Amino acid sequence: MTIELHGVAFSYANDATKSLLNIDHWSVAKGERVLVHGPSGSGKSTLLNVMGGLLTCSVGEVTLLGERLDRMNARQRDQFRANHVGYVFQRFNLVPYLNAIENIELASTFAAGKQRSSVREEATNLLHSLNVIPSDWSKPTSHLSMGQQQRVAIARALINTPEILIADEPTSSLDAENRDNFLRLLLGLVDEKNTTLVFVSHDLAIAQYFTRVQALSEFNKEHC
Amino acid sequence: MFLTVASKSLLNRKGSVAMTLMAISVAIFVLLGIEHVRQQARDSFASTVSGVDLIVGAKTGSLNLLLYSVFRIGSPTDNIRWETYEQVVADPAVAWAIPISLGDSHEGYRVVGTTSAYFDHFSYGKKRRLEFTSGAPFEGTFDAVLGSEVAKTLGYKIDSEIVLAHGLATTSFSLHDNKPFTVVGILAPTGTPVDQTIHVPLQGIDAMHSDWPQGPANLAIKSGAEPGATPAKPESITAFMLGLKSKMSIFGVQRQINDLKEEPLMAILPGVALAELWQMVGLFEDVLRLISALVLLAAVLGLGAVLLSSVRERNQEIHLLRILGAPPYYLFLLIEMEAVLIALAGMLIGGASLYVALILVEDALFANFGLYLEADLLTLEGLSILGAVLLSAIVAAGVPSVQIYTAASRYFER
Ligand SMILES: Nc1ncnc2c1ncn2[C@@H]1O[C@H](COP(=O)(O)OP(=O)(O)OP(=O)(O)O)[C@@H](O)[C@H]1O
Ligand SMILES: [Mg+2]
Repeated sequence: MTIELHGVAFSYANDATKSLLNIDHWSVAKGERVLVHGPSGSGKSTLLNVMGGLLTCSVGEVTLLGERLDRMNARQRDQFRANHVGYVFQRFNLVPYLNAIENIELASTFAAGKQRSSVREEATNLLHSLNVIPSDWSKPTSHLSMGQQQRVAIARALINTPEILIADEPTSSLDAENRDNFLRLLLGLVDEKNTTLVFVSHDLAIAQYFTRVQALSEFNKEHC
Repeated sequence: MFLTVASKSLLNRKGSVAMTLMAISVAIFVLLGIEHVRQQARDSFASTVSGVDLIVGAKTGSLNLLLYSVFRIGSPTDNIRWETYEQVVADPAVAWAIPISLGDSHEGYRVVGTTSAYFDHFSYGKKRRLEFTSGAPFEGTFDAVLGSEVAKTLGYKIDSEIVLAHGLATTSFSLHDNKPFTVVGILAPTGTPVDQTIHVPLQGIDAMHSDWPQGPANLAIKSGAEPGATPAKPESITAFMLGLKSKMSIFGVQRQINDLKEEPLMAILPGVALAELWQMVGLFEDVLRLISALVLLAAVLGLGAVLLSSVRERNQEIHLLRILGAPPYYLFLLIEMEAVLIALAGMLIGGASLYVALILVEDALFANFGLYLEADLLTLEGLSILGAVLLSAIVAAGVPSVQIYTAASRYFER
């Protein structure tokens, strides 16, 4: 299994009485493309942050690629995330004052061992296949449209060829046309690289793109 | 990449960054400028007289001797008999001697009676000799050579006639108005008390006093001399400067003079006495340093404030960098790097503008005051000031850096 959660319980420190996440068992196999949906505030983003080691759960095991995230220290989790997990969000995916290439290069500096020249080559390949035209590569990303920014964000998330890609409603700010365009390009690359994808959205209209569609409530038992 | 992020992030906040950069640049301009002027003042003070090995006068405090013989401030306690002078100068270790006779003035400027040795041997600064802008050293008894400021302020030219007064006040009752002196030479500016001095031959002083019935005893010529005639020898002088053949003999000669039985004399090393005097005005240096430190403090506090307010606007970057796997200390270093970049840019701007300013005023200062400001900023002191600026920028950025560090480590648990 690429992702495996066991007996995970999580609550925010300022709301410790209520356990937001309570997952007996949940796993994602290599190459799966999972869509998790659920109402606002149900804890979808929280789940993704626990999976990426950005939040640590009080009890339970979080295993990614066979490695126990819950046993790592903060520095090891950061390093693991840089090397193995890519993230795409609804927005604010890019440093606004850096251009597309710089944003992608920045992402690569935290991952282990890649040469700068090969990063640049891969970045241009990714941007080409994501239909970002070269004249947009050197603009500050704050000057790009939302659709363009989200496509650059895919390139940034995939530059370190992570085994796991986590997407938190990346299409919510896009119109229908841009959304389909984005999903086609994203899933094309995910297929090509055999990346495991966990995608969160409340938009079930995109269910067709995924191999598994699950409501968060199916595997998360909320306790009070 | 780290540098790119830091510098582009600064460029992204042009307005506030430009303001702090300006504050830092001004601070560096002031810091380096004050340090420079302080050093130059000390150097030019220390080189008020150079190449003179010993200054000899009647026994008094060494500062007092220095003040009246070199700075023409204060008055001598006693005189030196001419015979004693000749005896000391006869020592084979002595290369040359400049006798000095003080006590007269003209329009508030002091008159120094001396010999032509003064123009041959007196030097200041880095062994610079006196130079004439016009005319030549005195030859006749009633010839006078003016310091540059005297000539300029009083509007004297070659062949102007001047009347000297006994005593030091401008409105002295005792004008020697029957004995006018003729200006034969005007000296180039030196930036030393020489500029404010009127030089006349020793014989001129004595001749001037010879027909003065109540002439002061200490300046009276030997009885029997014709009034107005050039006396063979003066009775006494106020002080004299010695150049020795070898530096090795300085202390020996000094001891001999101090132990002289005939007359209680003292000899001082001008360099040592000048350093002592400078120490007494050391408070002035401390005040300058304090002002510099406060200017720097204000500037780096401004820098800290600007960076601190930027931290609040940087949640998006914190979020993003943490997602990418950047550890919290990366953000700490990012803020510190921004502070360092601003400090370095400030050094460049402040240093360069000071350099230009010094070049611009250099010529004017030298022409008018004989002050030579070297536009040499990369001294050890200058570099240590820059080091201190960098260090204080890093310390001042510590507050925002720690704040962004804590924000980054708790970002997702907020
Ligand atoms: N940093 C935080 N600190 C404390 N409570 C939080 C934090 N983030 C989220 N919560 C709370 O946890 C619950 C779940 O939030 P979460 O963001 O995971 O929901 P979500 O399913 O992603 O919602 P949405 O669909 O609106 O994005 C919400 O009640 C929210 O108020
Ligand atoms: Mg969410």
